This record gives sequence, structure tokens and C-alpha cells, in this order.
Amino acid sequence: MIDKYAVFVPNLTNRAENFTSGHRACQGCAEALAVRHVLKALGHDIVISNATGCMEIVSSPLPLTAWNVPWIHVTFENAGAVASGVAAGLKVLMRKGKIPEKRIVSVGMGGDGATTDIGLQALSGALERMHKDFLYVCFDNEAYMNTGIQRSSSTPYGAATTTSPAGKDSIGQHTWKKNMAAIAVAHDIPYVATACSSYPFDLQAKVIKAVESGGPAYLHVLSVCPTGWRIPSHLAIKYGRLAVETGVFPLYEVQDGKYRMTADIPKLRPVRDYLSGQGRFRHLTDTDIDIIQKRVTKEYDKLISLHKSNNG
Amino acid sequence: MGKRIGMEVSLMVSEAVKLADVDVIAAYPITPQTHIVEHLSELVADGHLNAEYICVESEHSAMSACAGSSAAGARTYTATSSQGLQLMSELLYVVSAMRMPIVMTVVNRTLSAPLSIWNDQSDIMANRDCGWIMIFAENGQESFDQTLCAFRIAEDRRVLLPVAVNMDGFILSHVIEPYQTVEEEIVEKFLPPFDPLYTLHPDRPVTMGAFAMPELFAETKMAHEIAIRDSYAVIREVWDHWGELTGRRYEPVEEYMTEGADTVFVTIGSYGELGMDVVDRLRAAGKKVGLVKIRLFRPFPYRDILNSLTKFENLLIVDRALSVGGVGGPLASEIKTALYRLEKRPNVFSFIAGLSGRDVPPEKFIEMYEEAMEGLKKNQWDEFTMVGVRQ
Ligand SMILES: Cc1ncc(C[n+]2csc(CCOP(=O)(O)OP(=O)(O)O)c2C)c(N)n1
Ligand code: SF4
Ligand SMILES: [Mg+2]
Repeated sequence: MIDKYAVFVPNLTNRAENFTSGHRACQGCAEALAVRHVLKALGHDIVISNATGCMEIVSSPLPLTAWNVPWIHVTFENAGAVASGVAAGLKVLMRKGKIPEKRIVSVGMGGDGATTDIGLQALSGALERMHKDFLYVCFDNEAYMNTGIQRSSSTPYGAATTTSPAGKDSIGQHTWKKNMAAIAVAHDIPYVATACSSYPFDLQAKVIKAVESGGPAYLHVLSVCPTGWRIPSHLAIKYGRLAVETGVFPLYEVQDGKYRMTADIPKLRPVRDYLSGQGRFRHLTDTDIDIIQKRVTKEYDKLISLHKSNNG
Repeated sequence: MGKRIGMEVSLMVSEAVKLADVDVIAAYPITPQTHIVEHLSELVADGHLNAEYICVESEHSAMSACAGSSAAGARTYTATSSQGLQLMSELLYVVSAMRMPIVMTVVNRTLSAPLSIWNDQSDIMANRDCGWIMIFAENGQESFDQTLCAFRIAEDRRVLLPVAVNMDGFILSHVIEPYQTVEEEIVEKFLPPFDPLYTLHPDRPVTMGAFAMPELFAETKMAHEIAIRDSYAVIREVWDHWGELTGRRYEPVEEYMTEGADTVFVTIGSYGELGMDVVDRLRAAGKKVGLVKIRLFRPFPYRDILNSLTKFENLLIVDRALSVGGVGGPLASEIKTALYRLEKRPNVFSFIAGLSGRDVPPEKFIEMYEEAMEGLKKNQWDEFTMVGVRQ
């Protein structure tokens, strides 16, 4: 049964590769994989505004490009604003009859740094303005990878990065991961979802829903980075699944304010399964892991109760 | 010809933007730019201007949104001042290097600290190397004219660069001046629809804003340099055409009462008006004084500056900004550079006056003149003088 499913489903997805091979992402990069899936689901009629970061750098060394769709990079902290300008420009040109009417989705994309830290203001402005046919995708690899694995506000508690190193007086990152999806939800936009490239069909389905919502929509995509997480490059998919199966990164969507869990996890695995084997967590003690377990369970339960009350 | 009426200069500028039929405006309010964007919002709200007005949450996003809309192929406008321009600074360099023909009014205002809303040109001078074409208007009518000319210059296929039209905050922006309207038919003749080379559209995908390695970076910079240098000829062509249509002629560098002058004031922006008044007074007192006004600051019009300034013995260059710890007045510094290769150079007296809106009445110009003449007698003067500063 599973076998049949596996053969059949890929045939239903868009075969076009608009984020083409030949880019310079590290081996096993699941952020590049996430971009590829998102682009498959988005199809042809899009314009991408990309923040500075790994995906921009690996894909656009002058005079080469990995993009088969219109794509622009301006700076690090403004993808939300650039995508707003694109949306407004296309809208008015169509209204004035200067280009033919057709639905073109303006897609902003950035890493967790570009989204949850330096670009949060520009993104908030864009979501608040309620641009139509507007989607923003955060590819969250939980640190500033492009500049050498520095912490961001999306780096999880306890992770060692080059600016939150573990040491005698430091557990590594000592703050909890910022809940960016909740911030997006607070803008009262029609669609927000979390996703992960280890669940490609769920990811693609959410992209399509996001576009169908009319926008603005926000997707937060956990994107495993073997280089920064210090894991072997062939284990990116596995760690993405573990993040979901342990409840560390729950998959859900929020449509018109209603929460719905989207992954069927009858019983969460212990977070230890996810943390062990990752170089960035290897200094954690049992006590540290207990603290993380408590927090994960609490946050997960919150989501479950939202899910239950919204779908009761 | 259109009617002649009185109007606040900020509103004239908004009218010019309306006549240009812009597609997208993305702006964030800051004194003294506010009246421009308020009036534009009104024009859009009342259906007089068919544009998208994006109420961005900062100037950084204003220029970022301008980048997006310009790249999508929309005629794009913004306006700012002071801290707003500084917040945009990162983007200024990017959009010029990406060859986006955005037009911006910079209503010149001082930079903090101390916070001050009043006029000087420290905002634009802090960004003088950002690769934009920079024009300084002298009065209200010119602020209007240059705004329309800016779209035509920026969008010319031989140029494709952003243009900043500078006008002194309050001194110009908030005063009511006589204004000669221009009929729409004239604007139609003058300003063709924006026809961009490449746009962000799925029918013809392009990649914009790729990064460059050292092997290519210098070439891209050189291309930018050549583009802005070559824009000089187009700027003159556009101003000449505007002159034919309206009778109002503009030159990169203009002289006033320089016949037989041995000494000239050199000004930029609204000091030009004051300078003419002062020159009239000094001439009446028998002094051989004239005025040279710099209208085009980028590309820096070296040839016009040399052609003009080498005719005089003494240059009294009046700046409205200070390069702290550096060269004194930015305009004086650039003019000195232009003169360097000459065998016989005029004497340069550099004055910094009117910082943060400090009133500069005609008497102050006359004091500058007297101070320079005094210096000449003693054959000794400072690298620059801060006019009227209490120490
Ligand atoms: C204003 C500014 N500050 C800092 C940088 C340096 N910088 C470039 S990319 C980057 C980190 C990107 O991190 P993230 O957004 O998480 O994307 P990733 O590379 O991890 O995919 C930083 C700090 C910059 N380009 N611009
Ligand atoms: S550093 Fe990480 S996110 Fe960046 S390209 Fe390599 S694997 Fe991908
Ligand atoms: Mg990152």
C-alpha cells in the first residue's frame, strides 16, 4: 500500500524545477529541498523577493542563476517590503491596463534571521497591509547559517552556535525559540502554517492553501541544515521527522484564526531522540534535556487544546 | 502656457508627481517632507491620481518597496528628509547599482543629534556617493519642474538611474510661491510612458540582484560610473526640451552678474535666490561680485565648473553641511578637487552657513565677502569658516 502511494503521489506534483540543480548549497541541505518543494507547489505565476542568506547566496552568483522564475534580491532585512512593492506594482499595472490581467503571487522569502530578527518589522508591515496574492515563506534553519552559524531568535534553547557557544558558564542559546508563527497569526491574516521539508506533500499542500487563501499568508518551514546542526549530511530528512515526531516542531495550520494540527502523531517521542546525535546539542546534560522536554510538552499541549477547541 | 498662481511648494511637487501619472508611491512621513506625501495621499484618495500608495512602516521599507515596484515595471516615487534618508541609506546604494529609475524628493533637513527638524543639507551630503543623480532646486517653480524632468531623465534607456531632487526644507517646502502650471498635453509630449528594459514578470523570468565575486564586482561598479557620467548629456537634453516647451531653461551650472566680476559666491539649492539679492546689493556698492549656482551635483559637472570658475580670482563657496573632522564643506571640497589640476587656481574661501535652519540673512553673505577680502589683504584665511557660530 505504502509502496503504491509513494510511486503515485510524486506523479501528481509539478515536474517543473524552478529552483534548478547546480546551485551551491551544501550536501544534504534541507533548506534547498524546502525551497524546491515550495516552488513546485507555487507553479509558474510568481515573483520571488529573496532576503540575503544561504538560499540567495547559493543560487545567484553573477552571471549565473538557479531561478527559472522572476526573482529579486535587494538586502537582508527587507524581503517583506520588496515583495509588497512587487505586489503593488503588479496590481496597479494591471489596473491601468499596462500589463494583462492575471493572478501573479508575490512571494517573499528569507531565513530565520531575515524573518524573525532583522526583517521582522518589514514583514509585520507587509502582513498588516493585507496585500492580496502575497505569501511570505520563512526557511528556518535555526541560525544565521550564511555568515557562519550565529544564533538567531529562532535558535532553540540549548543549541550551541558560534555566538551562543556552550561553555563553563553557558548552556549555549539561553533563550527559547521565538514563536514566529504566533506573531504572524496575531496579524489576523487568512492563512498561517508550519511545515517541514521532511513532509513534502504536507508542505506543498500548505503552499497551495496559502495561495488559495488570497493572502497575505505566512509559512514557517523548518529547514534542516546539516552544516549548522552538526549532523551527517544524509540525516537531514530524518532529523526533520524527529523534530515533528517529538513535538519540538509541531506541524499545524491556522486558517482564519482556527488552529488545526496537520501531522498525525498518536504519541510523541521523547525529545532526547531528536537532540541526541546533533552536534549543536551534544553538551546538554540530562537535567537540561528534562527542562527542554517540559517546555516542549507544555507548548505542544497548548496547540492540542487550541486544535480541540477550534475543531470541537 | 498654464496659469500663474500661488501655491505651497510641497503641493507643487505633489502636482508634478500627479502630472507624471506615477504608478506607485511608497513613503513614510517625516518633517519637512510631510506635506508632499499628505497631498499625494489625498490625490489618490480622491481619485485624481491612479496609483498605489503603500503606507510602509519605515523609510527603509519605503525604499525597499520602491525597489520592488520599480522592478515590476511601475513608475515609482518617494520623498523623505533627514533621518528618513539615513534609514534608507543602505538601499540608496542598492537601487542605483540595480539601475532602478526611482524618483525621490529629498526635502533637505539636518541630521540628529541634537534632534532638529530644520533645514540644512547634511542629509543628502552624507549620502553623496550613493550613485544617484542629484539635482538641487533653487525655488518653488524649479522644484516642480525638476520633479517632472527627473522622471524623464531617470527612465531614459540611456540612463536608468534613480534621481534625487533636493529642495531646502521649510525655506522652500513650506512657503507659498508663484507657480506656473503646465498643461497635461505638454507633459504628455515631454514624458513618454515608462518603458522598462526588464521587469519581474513570469512571462519573461529574470534574476535581479545577483551577487558578484571580486572578478566581476569592479566591472559592475565601472558600468555604474559610466552610466552616471554619461547621463550628463541626457540631463542637458531633457532640460533643453523642457525649456523649449515651457520657456524655463536650466543649466548644470548657472552664472548671475558675473560680467567683470573678480569674486563670486558659489551656492547650491535655495541660497541661489539669496545670492542674487546679495550680488545686487554689492554691485550697487560698486563691488565686482557675481554668483555661480550649482544645480547638478551628481554627476558632478566638472567641465562646466571649470569653464565658469576659472574666470574669477576668488570663490566664496557657501555650504549647508559640515563634514565633521574632515574637509569642512562638501561642496567646497569637491570644487577644490576639480580645480586641483589647474596651473593658476582661484582662491577658495569655504563657508558653512545655515546649519539646522540658522537664519542666514543677506547681511551674513556680505560679512562673508568682507571676511574674504580681509583675508586676502593679510594673505591668510582658514580652511573653512563656520558662519556666525558662537564659540
Ligand atoms: C544589514 C545586514 N546585516 C548583516 C548582514 C550579514 N548577513 C548576511 S546573511 C546573514 C544571516 C542569514 O541568516 P538567515 O536569515 O537565518 O538565513 P540562512 O543563511 O540561515 O539561510 C547575515 C547576518 C547583512 N547582509 N546585512
Ligand atoms: S549552511 Fe546549511 S542552510 Fe546553508 S546551504 Fe549549507 S546546509 Fe544549507
Ligand atoms: Mg537561518
